[in-house]
Amino acid sequence: MSTILACTDGSLYAPSIYQHASWAASQLDLPVHILHVIERVDVPTTHDFSGNLGFHANDELLEELTKLDESHAKVARLRGKAILEDAAKLIGSNVKTTQRHGALVYTVLEFEEDAALVVLGKRGEHSDFSKGHLGSNLERVVRSAKIPVLVVAREFKPLERFLIAFDGGPSSLKAVHYLATQPLLKESECHLLTIAKPGTEQARALESATTALRGAGYSVTSELISGDPDELISAKVKDAKIDLLVMGAYGHSRIREFILGSTTTALIRTCHVPILLFR
Amino acid sequence: MFSRIQSPWFSNIRADLLAGLVVALALIPESIAFSVIAKVDPQVCLFASVIIAVTIAFVGGRPAMISASTGAIALLVGNLVVEHGLAYLLAASMLTGIIQLFLGMVNVASVMRFVSASVMTGFVNALAILYMITQLQELLLAGSMGAWVTFPLVAGGLAIIYLFPLLTKAVPSPLIAIVVISLIANFFEMDVRRVKDLGILPTGLPTLDFENWKLLPLTLDTLWIILPVSLSFSIVGLLESLMTAQILDELTDTTSDKNKEARGQGIANIASSLFGGIAGCAMIGQSVINVKSGGRGRLSTLTSGLVLLALLLTMNTQVGNIPMAALVAVMIMVSIGTFNWATFKNLKIQPKMTSIVMLATVATVVGTHNLAIGVGVGVLLSGIFFAHKVSQVIGITSALSGETRIYTVHGQIFFASADNFIAAFDFKEVLSKVVIDVSHAHFWDLTSVGALDKVVLKYRREGAEVEILGMNEATATIVSKLGTHDKPGALDRMHEH
Repeated sequence: MSTILACTDGSLYAPSIYQHASWAASQLDLPVHILHVIERVDVPTTHDFSGNLGFHANDELLEELTKLDESHAKVARLRGKAILEDAAKLIGSNVKTTQRHGALVYTVLEFEEDAALVVLGKRGEHSDFSKGHLGSNLERVVRSAKIPVLVVAREFKPLERFLIAFDGGPSSLKAVHYLATQPLLKESECHLLTIAKPGTEQARALESATTALRGAGYSVTSELISGDPDELISAKVKDAKIDLLVMGAYGHSRIREFILGSTTTALIRTCHVPILLFR
Repeated sequence: MFSRIQSPWFSNIRADLLAGLVVALALIPESIAFSVIAKVDPQVCLFASVIIAVTIAFVGGRPAMISASTGAIALLVGNLVVEHGLAYLLAASMLTGIIQLFLGMVNVASVMRFVSASVMTGFVNALAILYMITQLQELLLAGSMGAWVTFPLVAGGLAIIYLFPLLTKAVPSPLIAIVVISLIANFFEMDVRRVKDLGILPTGLPTLDFENWKLLPLTLDTLWIILPVSLSFSIVGLLESLMTAQILDELTDTTSDKNKEARGQGIANIASSLFGGIAGCAMIGQSVINVKSGGRGRLSTLTSGLVLLALLLTMNTQVGNIPMAALVAVMIMVSIGTFNWATFKNLKIQPKMTSIVMLATVATVVGTHNLAIGVGVGVLLSGIFFAHKVSQVIGITSALSGETRIYTVHGQIFFASADNFIAAFDFKEVLSKVVIDVSHAHFWDLTSVGALDKVVLKYRREGAEVEILGMNEATATIVSKLGTHDKPGALDRMHEH
């Protein structure tokens, strides 16, 4: 049965993740599955540069490394358990918790088949707020996910107005199709924004998207402006008091992203609202 | 894009650099010692180590594994260079690389499962013994030339290697040993064999070696000469590399792509041959030292190769002056670290057949100096012993009802158990009908079907009617692959047999 997959590491973003997950669960009428992944942090070993091999070198080294890992892993496990207990309490009913070893990205892929939506924090425990960097796992999880990913900020607010940053690309179309068919945001006001010049293919795509969403029962306000996508979209989010941004993720080619930067990354960093990403 | 490059290269920078440095220091004496074994100039093995280490850092499948020129391969060279010349060794190394690259593409890693743990133990024990023998030969050679002072130098070196860490573990003790022995030998102006007496040492960067390659006659004769050498290089190289990869997987609790490693070994060996170097493979001892010193990523392997090169170029004369005694001490240390000392305890408690496989492998290797033949013998024996054990898993019961006897067969019927199978039937009994129920038996090959035919014919010739039950289930194993792990209930069915 499908679930809302909420990934937590007990950081500052955790309460927001749980609240968003609860909200999505009630909108979609699905249970919540909280996932905590114990990632292997390589423990620096003993500073043994003696460079020699004794009689049972291999076995001794294995035993030593196992002991080091053992104590750290036990602590990580107990901490994870505590995190999951808190999470379950906050969410309340219809919730399942799972702890797994490994890497977050691969574990999410494992559980993705039974999930309808992934909820993730913009950053986690290890991240640096001051530098504004995003969590290390974020991009990889979003790139490899086949289901929508909700990236949350620290605050949870009722999601009354949402904005679809629509560029006519395949992920954008996926986003529109999802919203038209799923009850996730049915009660909210829909805004559509396309950054393009009038008369282009994207402008036409915008029109069909607007029609489709109106047909699905949303009250839609659509806008077509030209300029710099990053700036205009964040400006719109602020001005129109948008509570949720919906967009296709990482649509540009890798080379463009390398040279000009990724629109997705920029928007996730600058906007202080949750973002629903489609691939 | 960059996140993929990030973790095997940049997640452990400081520790990798330090570990690579520690490893490089021990690579010098080892590569030089191996050049003695292979009867080539030290340059051949030293350049090989540099090229292989640097190449494998990029193309290998197991981060933190150290590959360089090794004793296992050096032992297989035999008289190739002495009789035919260096060009043949380079050609053999290139052919080795090509074979390994090919094997890596056809999933050779899955063949490793046929090499049992006892064979692996036999492999490392034999390797350690051969290292020891070659070092003793070096010592005796020194002694016969009147340099008896070599023995206390070696003893001193070993003392430093094992006792220095008690003082501090911040500096590699093999390095201290080499430095101290060199200083003593220079101070007392001892007349001992030194590295420069062995042959040419590297004086510049490794360059593409066309001179030697030009000397190679491109004939079929050449191929016949180098092919057996290349085959043994490839097998031994892959064996040691895949086995070391497994050890590192355990130590670091991570997985690695063994086929990628095989292909990487191939590429590294081809590269080495182009630069005038011998083929190599992974080194168990140095890889363990690397992990022990904190190395976890590819940067450690790259560092070891580059630091080795830097040392060779900057300290050329000092390296030439190192007394062989110091190198012997380091090699004895490697030999001690490679040997599986638990073997002696295990011989008493493990099943006899396991021990026989291990001992046979060791004996064959020490006798032929060829690790590949030893492993072949070990694998063969493992197979035969296994077949023997399984052939004992056979049970035939019978019940009499009137003039009909019903035989019920349980177990594995194949070539090794066919005779036992036939012997279980009492042909002297007078019966009007015989029913043989084989639905609980597994027939694995045509020998077993033939055995059943024999039984049927014998009974018929004695005038009894024969009926066979369950032939379809029994012979299903001849044609199909039993993958019980994915078929629900199949495991229970298996236990019935």
